[in-house]
Amino acid sequence: MSIFEYNGSALVAMVGKNCFAIASDRRLGVQLQTVATDFQRIFKIHDKLFVGLSGLATDAQTLYQRLVFRHKLYQLREERDMKPETFASLVSAILYEKRFGPYFCQPVIAGLGDEDKPFICTMDSIGAKELAKDFVVAGTASESLYGACESMFKPDMEPEELFETISQALLSSVDRDCLSGWGGHVYVV
Amino acid sequence: MGDSQYSFSLTTFSPSGKLVQIEHALTAVGSGQTSLGIKVIPVIAAANGVVIATEKKLPSILVDETSVQKIQILTPNIGVVYSGMGPDSRVLVRKSRKQAEQYQRLYKEPIPVTQLVRETAAVMQEFTQSGGVRPFGVSLLVAGYDDKGPQLYQVDPSGSYFSWKASAMGKNVSNAKAFLEKRYTDDMELDDAVHTAILTLKEGVLTPAEIEDYLQEVE
Repeated sequence: MSIFEYNGSALVAMVGKNCFAIASDRRLGVQLQTVATDFQRIFKIHDKLFVGLSGLATDAQTLYQRLVFRHKLYQLREERDMKPETFASLVSAILYEKRFGPYFCQPVIAGLGDEDKPFICTMDSIGAKELAKDFVVAGTASESLYGACESMFKPDMEPEELFETISQALLSSVDRDCLSGWGGHVYVV
Repeated sequence: MGDSQYSFSLTTFSPSGKLVQIEHALTAVGSGQTSLGIKVIPVIAAANGVVIATEKKLPSILVDETSVQKIQILTPNIGVVYSGMGPDSRVLVRKSRKQAEQYQRLYKEPIPVTQLVRETAAVMQEFTQSGGVRPFGVSLLVAGYDDKGPQLYQVDPSGSYFSWKASAMGKNVSNAKAFLEKRYTDDMELDDAVHTAILTLKEGVLTPAEIEDYLQEVE
């Protein structure tokens, strides 16, 4: 079993009309044994910026702590919140620093930029950014998620419809993956 | 920074609580060529910006004036002019450019003026406390434009920095500042500011013939 599949995870983010949604599963496992059913994978950086971290849980938690640290310093120095695009560049740089001993995480970043324009992106464990206009996925259930999102996604959905769509996509995908599931957390901003 | 044999600072407090080396550095600045800056924020946002100007007096007519660059660019939105020792300013310009590029590389965003000024000032302060080095003999006027609009900062050898609407440094600073105080208005236009800058430099700096030339160029 690969190190990325050790804990199991499923993450998805979608763009709507002046809003975004980010969702994750709640299972934390040790290989095939389930150890927790309320594990948090999505974290708030500020009111308009959320980051989800899939992959190895310990790396996800440590990486989250480092990102919060960097963002707090940025807020103190620049007296403003980080834009999502800027945050994505920062995450990419932090991941690449560990190029030859990486964090075993795949982040999913979702936020509202200038004039509340939704921004989503994902990257691999060494910081290769992947921007998308519609949806991004990560985790052990990513292949199912790609299929589900591709068929269920419509552009410019209102928050209520976006919530329904992302939830259905998440639930149907994790049902086909033994390493993720046990419910979901959904944030719509 | 500095030799390992010099692990003690050369800038130490006098009994009166002053850092004499910094005072001397400011004297070096005060005998340097005049430079000034004027910030312009009129009602029409399109016409705002910052003007920086300096006297460029070369030691002889044989000097190739095109090779002398007193006003330098730090980023596409930030420029700097100095009063004091030219070589010291070059070191600071080099360091500041690197810091600006590092920020750009990390955040893929141009550095805000305040952040660059902060980091440059931190470098200048380092040199008043590190072992074996002396303070920089320059004051910088950093002029830039970012999300917060046009900005003008002065950075001193001590590492302190101030934001100005209009300021001058170097020789004749008291005359220049008095002139600016009288002439500065909040609703100045960019062309007015350029004009005012040239007229301020005129106060005891340029010869009447040179002023004619520059005024004609501006028109």
